[in-house]
Amino acid sequence: MPVVETDAQLVARCRQGDDDAWRELVDRFSRYVYAIAVQAFRLPEADAEDVFQEVFARAYQNLPKLRDDSAIRPWLAQLTRRLCLDTIRAGAREQPGEIPEPVGVDDTIANLDESLYVHEALATLPSNCREILDRFFARDESYRLIGDALDLPAGTIASRISRCLVKLRTELEGRNPVAAESGG
Amino acid sequence: MRTYNEETLALLLRTLPAAPAAWVKAAQEIPLARRGLDDIVERARADRAFREALFMDAENTLEGAGFESDPALLDAVREHLSW
Repeated sequence: MPVVETDAQLVARCRQGDDDAWRELVDRFSRYVYAIAVQAFRLPEADAEDVFQEVFARAYQNLPKLRDDSAIRPWLAQLTRRLCLDTIRAGAREQPGEIPEPVGVDDTIANLDESLYVHEALATLPSNCREILDRFFARDESYRLIGDALDLPAGTIASRISRCLVKLRTELEGRNPVAAESGG
Repeated sequence: MRTYNEETLALLLRTLPAAPAAWVKAAQEIPLARRGLDDIVERARADRAFREALFMDAENTLEGAGFESDPALLDAVREHLSW
């Protein structure tokens, strides 16, 4: 099982100028920032890309000012949120009045937070499970494509996915005893 | 407290699709960009003599041009210029 650094440990390494740590930090939060822009704020792809790059550029610039290293996720969420709103306002400059956030942003971000939590648990699973679950669910690849990429018979993919989901659930239950008791 | 049955897990995994790879790569290269990667690549594409000098001796060429020639930057320059 891979040992995954905490957010605070990763941020601390970034602050020391470790390029590998920065790459890992971008990797860890790229889905989250992307999803806030395109799901919560429904930005078109070109605007989402601008926001995405600006979020990480500002994060890199301002990382030394972060007071609590473990607060990187909400900090990035807030930064993304602000930049998305700026983008929407800039696009609507000719319209008078305050532009509000789209409806449901809080709920969407709460859902993304939970999804990120599950992805963090996924990162602790053996690489074969990480790979197959990520390809099937997050990358939306077909059984055939996964089978070709991982050199597995397509007929075994479904059962592997099912077994890996059980492992993921077990991992989450280990972190969250109340959920384990409530079953599902 | 949320219960994580397999259907819920599948839904939550689908909720965070991967960001486009090119966006991620560009963001990962921010430290290198700050150290001059973009300027170096742009100059190498525009200036044949500089490109050839980089190809012959990247480390000294970069230092001569005022850039720090750390290994990560050198690797990124090579990758961008497809050596």
